[in-house]
Amino acid sequence: MFTAFFYLLRSWGVNVSINEWLTFIEALEKNLHGSSFTGFYYLCRAILVKSEADFDHFDGAFLEYFKNVVPTKEIPDELMRWLENPKEKPGEVDKMRGAKNALLSDEEILKMLEERLKEQDSEHNGGTYWVGTGGASVFGNSGYSPKGIRVGGESRYRLAFKVAGERRFRDFRNDTVLNTRQFQVAFRKLRQFSSRIDAPRTEFDIDETIDETCNNAGNLKVVYQKPRKNTVKLLLLIDSGGSMEYYSNLCTSLFQAVSKSNHFKDLKVYYFHNCVYSQLYNTPSLYYNDSVSTQWVLDNLDSEYKVIFVGDAAMAPWELTGRRFGSDATSGIEWLNRFKAKYEHIVWLNPDRSLWGISEEEREWADNYMSYMRQTYNFLRTEFDMYPLTVKDLERALKKLMVAK
Amino acid sequence: MSETQKFQGSTEYVASPELLRSVNIAMALQKPLLIKGEPGTGKTMLAEAISKALGKKLIIWNIKSTTKAQDGLYVYDVVQRLYDSQFGNEGVDNIEKYVKLGKIGDAFESDEQVILLIDEIDKADLEFPNDLLWELDKMEFFIPETGKTITAKQRPVVIITSNAEKELPDAFLRRCIFHYIEFPDAELMEKIVRAHFDNLEDTLLKHVLDTFYWIRNLPSLQKKPSTSEVIDWIQALTIAGISPERIEKEIPFAGVLLKKTEDLETLEKRRK
Repeated sequence: MFTAFFYLLRSWGVNVSINEWLTFIEALEKNLHGSSFTGFYYLCRAILVKSEADFDHFDGAFLEYFKNVVPTKEIPDELMRWLENPKEKPGEVDKMRGAKNALLSDEEILKMLEERLKEQDSEHNGGTYWVGTGGASVFGNSGYSPKGIRVGGESRYRLAFKVAGERRFRDFRNDTVLNTRQFQVAFRKLRQFSSRIDAPRTEFDIDETIDETCNNAGNLKVVYQKPRKNTVKLLLLIDSGGSMEYYSNLCTSLFQAVSKSNHFKDLKVYYFHNCVYSQLYNTPSLYYNDSVSTQWVLDNLDSEYKVIFVGDAAMAPWELTGRRFGSDATSGIEWLNRFKAKYEHIVWLNPDRSLWGISEEEREWADNYMSYMRQTYNFLRTEFDMYPLTVKDLERALKKLMVAK
Repeated sequence: MSETQKFQGSTEYVASPELLRSVNIAMALQKPLLIKGEPGTGKTMLAEAISKALGKKLIIWNIKSTTKAQDGLYVYDVVQRLYDSQFGNEGVDNIEKYVKLGKIGDAFESDEQVILLIDEIDKADLEFPNDLLWELDKMEFFIPETGKTITAKQRPVVIITSNAEKELPDAFLRRCIFHYIEFPDAELMEKIVRAHFDNLEDTLLKHVLDTFYWIRNLPSLQKKPSTSEVIDWIQALTIAGISPERIEKEIPFAGVLLKKTEDLETLEKRRK
């Protein structure tokens, strides 16, 4: 049953296993969907889909597989109430009258329903004309017309489609922008365990306990050891202001996730504008009073730090290569090269949407108007390991941070 | 499944029809129900409501970052036994004296069917769920120290909650029924609030919910207020006796809804 649906789901990227599918068939046999289409939809989703990130793919597959249904217009509430409580049991006559309706086309029936909704002002049960329960009219439920539009009653085809059709879970898809939680999940991957750290000794050490007890003439001496802890140190440098304003929410989420991840041994976050120059700022507002010198950072943070740049790498070319104002004559690219020389593990995360799946118009706009700014992007991409800021790519980037060059 | 065994929601807990469906599916198929959702959407309360509605005992296993799967099954207190043996205390030979069952063990040993809530499973180590696969599947585990197998006398109803802080392993997910609790819309929220407060003025509730959803939809909030916060807020408003008209204009006790200074500043800015 529905085996094609199983493969359709898999082709939509919902990774359903045979086990889950068998569970689903078992559930259908137990009638857990209550013979209703809506129930079927939720049963299917609860058993086969295991992440809200996949809900949208599921909805898509579901719509594709079960799409042949006649859509109905909104029905007034009062009419629905009459229909929920049928007063008459259908008789033989209705069946015969109903047979006539089989000749009507879908369009004709829809048109008739619209007319009838305008005229009808009271409850009807039985009969061949009005919307009601029983009888052989082409509208209503529990009736005997072979064709027609179900109005109210148990089937509720419409609801399941409404739910799936809304595609409410589009936002949860993996290939869309990350949220804080997803960031956090990704950052958990950034860890290197070691027991050579300053921590209280809380783990029971069996070998040492035996040795010590023997040395202690058999008198018990319990020994504890240090637990293993993460030793990763992280330096996060975020581009702020200008073209980065578009991504401020995304960067805030990233910052939140990183600062909440308390498993790092040390975490330093600084901000810069477009490119790194002589100063790094403590806040995204980039106040000079609240900044540290870049040289200080390079001198004080040892090379064990893993460095993540976050920025769109889009700026005027002179901002990258030109000499800077004031007494400091170091260009942006020189500063970046100093970082590269000092730290072995560096990745660049780029939130620019034009890198990963945008609409055609957006791409055109980006190509035409951004080409000037994109020179620096193309250049920096060759200089750094650059990744788009999505779940999948962030994981790739973090993996890259963990391995040696 | 008999009618009495079906969960219909309770007077204190208002569940959406989809959630009720998932609960009943999980119970009928005897599989763990995995509940995910924003903090404050009542994941933990669900288990309490089910246990009340079905009249079954609730066993809660709260997971922390240091919790190990073994803790839920049983703990063998080696150190205590070693100390006891030093002083020749009685019963040192009896290993069972030092084997203490954990929450899962308790649930298995119970004579009546219980509800077992494994709360915030994602707090634990990444491998934690994998360590429980067999136990939750077969509903039994083996204690090597005593050579005993603990088998569930009555298969417990297992509810697992997760805040999605960590991704759960596939093998584990495949054994669960999954439900994602969406944030309630205004209509359901009204029902939820009414379940908590007996007589609330309509105008007050309307103003409260309008303001609440307006705040929730502010784009730059770092932590959105959720159901539990709105309930606290109404509590504060009713105790202070604030007139409904003032709520939208002044947003009194905004600190109850928003816990971060940055968010309160955002609210200040938006109001002007």
